[in-house]
Amino acid sequence: METIVFSTLNGVLYGLLLFMLASGLTLIFSMMGVLNFAHASFYMLGAYLAVTLGSVVGFWAALVLAPICVGLFGAAVERLGLRHVHKNGHVAELLFTFGLAYLIEEIVKLVWGKNPLPYTPPPILQQPLFTLWGTHYPSFRIFMMVVAIAMFVALWLLLKRTRVGLIVQASLTHPHMVGHLGHNVPLVFMGVFAVGCGMAGLAGVIGGALLVTDPAMALTLGPIVFVVVVVGGMGSLGGAFLASVLIGLIQTFAVAVDASLSDLLARFGVLVSNRSDLGRITLAQVAPMLPFLILVLVLIFRPRGLMGAREG
Amino acid sequence: MSLNPTLKTIAIWIAFALVLAVLPMIFSSRPSLTLMNIIGVWVVFALAYNMLLGQSGMLSFGHAVYFGLGGYAAIHMMAAIKAQKLGIPVAALPLVGFMAGMAAGAVIGWFSCRRSGTPFAMISLGVGELIAASGLMFVSIFGGEEGISGDRSAGPELLGFSLGPQINVYYFIAFWMFMATLAMWAFTKTPLGRLANAVRDNADRVAFIGYDPQRVRYLVFLISGGFAGLAGSLSAVNFEIITPEKLGAINSGAVLLMAYIGGVAVFFGPIIGAVLISIMQSMLSDFTKVWQLYLGLLFVVVVMFAPYGIGGIVAQVLGAIRKGELAEKLPGWLMGLVGALIAFGGAIMVIEMAYRIREGGRPFQAFGRVFPHGDPLSWVVAAAVTAIGLAVLVVAVRWRRRGSLGAALSFGEATP
Repeated sequence: METIVFSTLNGVLYGLLLFMLASGLTLIFSMMGVLNFAHASFYMLGAYLAVTLGSVVGFWAALVLAPICVGLFGAAVERLGLRHVHKNGHVAELLFTFGLAYLIEEIVKLVWGKNPLPYTPPPILQQPLFTLWGTHYPSFRIFMMVVAIAMFVALWLLLKRTRVGLIVQASLTHPHMVGHLGHNVPLVFMGVFAVGCGMAGLAGVIGGALLVTDPAMALTLGPIVFVVVVVGGMGSLGGAFLASVLIGLIQTFAVAVDASLSDLLARFGVLVSNRSDLGRITLAQVAPMLPFLILVLVLIFRPRGLMGAREG
Repeated sequence: MSLNPTLKTIAIWIAFALVLAVLPMIFSSRPSLTLMNIIGVWVVFALAYNMLLGQSGMLSFGHAVYFGLGGYAAIHMMAAIKAQKLGIPVAALPLVGFMAGMAAGAVIGWFSCRRSGTPFAMISLGVGELIAASGLMFVSIFGGEEGISGDRSAGPELLGFSLGPQINVYYFIAFWMFMATLAMWAFTKTPLGRLANAVRDNADRVAFIGYDPQRVRYLVFLISGGFAGLAGSLSAVNFEIITPEKLGAINSGAVLLMAYIGGVAVFFGPIIGAVLISIMQSMLSDFTKVWQLYLGLLFVVVVMFAPYGIGGIVAQVLGAIRKGELAEKLPGWLMGLVGALIAFGGAIMVIEMAYRIREGGRPFQAFGRVFPHGDPLSWVVAAAVTAIGLAVLVVAVRWRRRGSLGAALSFGEATP
């Protein structure tokens, strides 16, 4: 019972963090058709900027400022780089963002060094919020959930309830028509890219404190976010949400459950010796692989993803 | 005087073989032999990769899987040759690597070739991560973090050719590199190779004339996986060891950088990329610790300004010479080149000074001058050099687009 409650909480938490990244990626993808390979790098930038800014202006101001800085950087990237690559097609755009991810990682190593940074949330957020079965649950985790949910509500309201959202949605399907109506579509694209990157930056401010802030953080989370987007169905925000929470829960439970693969197989009547490679592997070891396994399975049995509308 | 095209092609291949045969006599030192062996492996891998990316338009982020599996197959075979005294010469191991890479491609391609474009790229990334993670998990097959080492001197010698001396390893790699290059070049001339180009350019039309694009992609994927496996086995024989990191993202990324910077549109492009980046890797890392940053910068610049890579530029220049347009186009190109070089120089100053702020060390020196990184003036100089270079580059690009230098220098928007 204890394990189940905590794993569910942590799984949802991890899933929400994934969704914070995946939603920005999905927004950019469905809008511009660009799968931003550097998305996790913006997440990393968010974390690093939060550490640097936080030491000057404090955590709360950095929580606001770091995503804005990342968003501005994203806008510059779109304006100066991506826009010029656009005419060469989507694969060229993907390659551009791939190169950008490589560059950002090297620049982060150059500026902040290769070792993990000590990044801890302020003391208020480190206090236990509630105690279950003698284990304290830190309030930072709940705070993170609140921020994530607030971000989605704000984004949803912005897209569905405002005039700006109307133009964005229209540019999504009919960019030329919107352009002829006198709206500046390239500016809308730049704005969407900036907002998406800013969301990744916000995820970084929070994820950097929750997980770890080091130059490999983009490389560890990046592929999983792509898995989320492909499993959910490319361009589907609902699918991304479903897939994030699903992958978050599966990974957390796999780590929490103390069982080896041979136990699991024995339950299905397959006997594997505990001495062999396959028998020695524990579920916790398999956990990092699970998202990719899910990816392969989804692709075999449902190639368009869980809630994907369009075939890539 | 115009040669018969077939004769000309044969002459080029013979010249290539001669160059390969003569090279170790000119660069006979041990380090240069080691470097040339590494280059040979990368050339095969980059060409195999370009079969996917350049020829068929499939962007893969996980091609190191086939390279690594080919290498593992070769090293296990090597162990079996030694342990069970099999009558197979080690020099024939690349065939084992080829088959292993092809078999892996057959399994993985079966589901990943159902999609194309961006989803295919994502799938290749996911599969690559999956295999790389299992590489660390299955210790008895992949040897854990230390990998598996082998002994290339075991087994029978083929016509008295032993793989002991390094010069023989060079000729072994050069032979297989030549054969693989020839085979991959021949592949571009086959109907399947042509169809792959058609699938890249317009898959719907290929389907319309009665070929299944998915099947074409699958077949190309198989063959490309085979050649990647061959490259992996060459690497296994060269180093006598293979580790799970050879399966992973860093190796996949490196081959992508090589093929793309070298040029994806022409056959010889990836060869240029493989040679250039291998040399950069071994030479530049002695001068600067941040050479990977330069590599990344080079890649982004190529994606933005030269989407067909260095090979594409070479082909363009050759085309201009053939058409007699060189005199007309050369000034603009030279201006662009000069601008790019100046901007790169400025970027190098910025990067090197930034590196010294963190890590200390002797101040950056260039053109006999010292630029202390604590002095704001050196930063102003670096920024100015970069800006001037970029300005020259922008003017050169506008010159090409707008037709005349005067139009390039005017500030207003160009009339389409």
